[in-house]
Amino acid sequence: MKAAVVVFPGSNCDRDVKVALEQATSKPVHMVWHGEAELPKLDLIVLPGGFSYGDYLRSGAMAAHSPVMGTVVERAKQGVAVLGICNGFQILTEAGLLPGALLPNAGLKFICRDVHVRVEQSQTVFTNACEAGSVLRIPIAHHDGQYFADADVLDRLEGEGQVAFRYCQGPAAGPANPNGSARDIAGVFNAGRTVLGLMPHPERAVDPLHGGSDGRALFQSLVAALA
Amino acid sequence: MSLAGERREPPATPALAAEHGLKGEEFARLVRALGRQPNLAELGIFAAMWSEHCSYKSSKVWLKRLPTKAPWVVCGPGENAGAVDIGDGQVAVFKMESHNHPSFIEPYQGAATGVGGILRDVFTMGARPIANLNALRFGDPAHAKTRHLVSGVVAGIGGYGNCVGVPTVGGECSFHPAYNGNILVNAMTVGLAEGKRLFFSAAAGIGNPVVYVGSKTGRDGIHGATMASAEFDEDSEAKRPTVQVGDPFTEKLLIEACLELMATDAIVAVQDMGAAGLTSSSVEMAAKGGVGIELDLDAVPTREAGMSAYEIMLSESQERMLMILRPGAEAAAQRIFAKWELACAVIGRITNTGRLVARRHGKPAVDLPLAALVEAAPVYERPWTAAPLPQPVPIRVAALPTGQVLLRLLNSPDLGSKRWICQQYDHTVMADTVASAGGDAAIVRVHGTTKGLALLTECTPRYCQAHPRTGGRQAVAEAWRNLCAVGARPLAITDCMNFGSPERPEVMGQFAECIEGMREACLALDFPVVSGNVSLYNETNGNAVLPTPAIGGVGLLADLGRRASHALKRAGDVLLLLGEGPGHLAQSQYQRLILGHEAGPPPPVDLSGERRAGEFVRRLIAEGQLDTCHDVSEGGLLVALAEMALAGNLGIALTTAEGHAFWFGEDQGRYLLALPEAAADSLLAGAETAGLRLRRLGSAAGDALTLRGEPPISLQTLRKAHEGWLPAYVAGDTDKG
Repeated sequence: MKAAVVVFPGSNCDRDVKVALEQATSKPVHMVWHGEAELPKLDLIVLPGGFSYGDYLRSGAMAAHSPVMGTVVERAKQGVAVLGICNGFQILTEAGLLPGALLPNAGLKFICRDVHVRVEQSQTVFTNACEAGSVLRIPIAHHDGQYFADADVLDRLEGEGQVAFRYCQGPAAGPANPNGSARDIAGVFNAGRTVLGLMPHPERAVDPLHGGSDGRALFQSLVAALA
Repeated sequence: MSLAGERREPPATPALAAEHGLKGEEFARLVRALGRQPNLAELGIFAAMWSEHCSYKSSKVWLKRLPTKAPWVVCGPGENAGAVDIGDGQVAVFKMESHNHPSFIEPYQGAATGVGGILRDVFTMGARPIANLNALRFGDPAHAKTRHLVSGVVAGIGGYGNCVGVPTVGGECSFHPAYNGNILVNAMTVGLAEGKRLFFSAAAGIGNPVVYVGSKTGRDGIHGATMASAEFDEDSEAKRPTVQVGDPFTEKLLIEACLELMATDAIVAVQDMGAAGLTSSSVEMAAKGGVGIELDLDAVPTREAGMSAYEIMLSESQERMLMILRPGAEAAAQRIFAKWELACAVIGRITNTGRLVARRHGKPAVDLPLAALVEAAPVYERPWTAAPLPQPVPIRVAALPTGQVLLRLLNSPDLGSKRWICQQYDHTVMADTVASAGGDAAIVRVHGTTKGLALLTECTPRYCQAHPRTGGRQAVAEAWRNLCAVGARPLAITDCMNFGSPERPEVMGQFAECIEGMREACLALDFPVVSGNVSLYNETNGNAVLPTPAIGGVGLLADLGRRASHALKRAGDVLLLLGEGPGHLAQSQYQRLILGHEAGPPPPVDLSGERRAGEFVRRLIAEGQLDTCHDVSEGGLLVALAEMALAGNLGIALTTAEGHAFWFGEDQGRYLLALPEAAADSLLAGAETAGLRLRRLGSAAGDALTLRGEPPISLQTLRKAHEGWLPAYVAGDTDKG
């Protein structure tokens, strides 16, 4: 599997996801500067977490117009797998690759804690190592993670199996849905389920020292599907 | 000599000097050192360099008393941050710094820029920041401003650290009316570097280019250093324009750009532009290197046109650095900073004149001998009065069930959970956080290794107020103990000394005696000071804060597989108390919260017993015999036991029947250990020969905390009390604890 991680000015989880990918694939990961419009042949493109351009405008709004994003959109249309985590998810919605938007958390505060998410679809490149309905414990860390779309879009997403993960109750403290996301949605696919955006950070749960390694399932799924 | 500014400037009179915070005799000293009257820009530069904040004029003579050396100390005080060896050629670089005055005036930006400043101190040394901590002291929760300050400071720290992508892993937060008019915001950063690739600030190389990088210079923050060196009064709100505005996005770019340039051999010396901006960085770098420096202020990247020499030299715009490069390295630097879209400009060169010369609009605007600025700076041996140990006070314990007292303590501002705060800080970014806030020390993995750094901040200001020498000793000893409790070898500390006006002998006495107490503990525990910061004049209308020498401790875990946490792990584990004491209730949280006053002496600190107990605990953890351990601190034994139960979601059945003094006394040098029955038995058998006092208290069992002779308290009830206070307070549902 040939994977690349895009680095925007202000990305801050680029190294973390690189480490997690390399742990899963044992292959070097290609780091791509946002100003590069040309990309080599790739099986997976990751947009990492962080605060691209400081997120001083709407989160992800500036990064969606970076030179690299034209190529990312093109590749996504060709069916190359694209994974957006946290800020990466925000960028994917701003770039029009995923429906909906990420609004400020309902509590209007940054939240960093573990959440439980239920795997809604297991027949995808991102989740084939999970059982449908299984629950993963993964950290979140965001200020703008409230998933929003109008009712028609939400109905369509649910009807066509585009909801990837939902927040659910688990032993971790705090309410199941941490940010007021519509229908408890924590992650969504595009129609072809080749593009995934999610707010939780699977790359921060890949080692027992993290307090849990449920995030590995995502990276193992990618290896199984794309290697 | 005639030095031209671009506007008509007022002459530098004693009255204008006073407005800059210089006393009459200091202005006379300045004129003597200079041999003429300064112009306005020069006066501003002197005032900044001679401010308490930059010159340490009142604290210098005392700071020298602190032990700063050990075989593992790579860089002690005097640089941007301290550094200690952590094996394999790596060093941990760290420092703590105050941002008290700005945070009181404008909590979000004040706290945010405090984080930004301490991050720069660490990456200036060539270290990648890997963890942030903060020690916060707020006023009485019932005070009208406190809720607003708590919310603003926490949001500011999070807003900056989260964006920069450095995890905020720990710290402390407490409340006391003595901070009503002057909160304390102390921020600590820890970084990781190769020992051979550290960068220092002494300028060298006559003719070498002086390069400015980072944000552009604006008119913000002018006089920050002098503002931070004065007491507050009713008009402090008017000082809001002196607070800087932070831009964490630019800071993130600056970290990456600087570390990229630092990987080459372009840099001779580097310093961040912190308090007093371009003034202190250029003066300190040149003075340290024993050279001179010439600046062309027309080349400084500015945000707005028409800035005077005075404004450019004294601006405290954030996210800026000053570098001395090797000749010919300018282009390489330009390339890297252009990639990160940051300003980078050659603004001067190193000279052999021993002078700071700055030109504006092509004309000389500043021409000062560095010796006058630095060596001629005043140093004060301020008068001080000693604080005697208070007489013991009779303590009549409350007629309340022990369990009820416990619930009240857990539901109090200081002892309640700080989850509401920690959740607003990204503590998992960088994916190396092994333990964050809530335990005795946070633990971060040294990236790519199986080593870990244990980190914490610590101080009990009430003890320092009651008897500064004991309080100073206790702050260092408890920092050391917290590191031992997770299994780390304590390496060194950074200190952030927050006190009132040094011009009052009783405050100067608090400072001097805290330092002496710290010195005793540092020596006894081989725990040197490698960096620090002094913040004086923390008072409003003559009311000083509690003496608060905040200690930031760093320890090394050689193998993350051998570490301990305070969470109970196995039902059936026996709970042992290591150490003993008579049940010291004076100055305890029990006395304060249940009896309603603060009186008597603080608990004494036996440094040799401390060392014996700590080394014993560390050996058990290193040998793999112990994985559950908790330091007994504020609130005493029962609060510590409840924290262990809550963290492990496992109850405790106590078999010991004792009174309030036993359960809530704050005797020092004690640990709680939990381990399987057989291991506990052999430990109990061997303790006496080791000269240690071990006592069995009960065992881990069920889902409640049970005291003999009282109804069990469910974990749910304990948790509700522990988690309840802070969220209810900030939501406005309660005014006090």
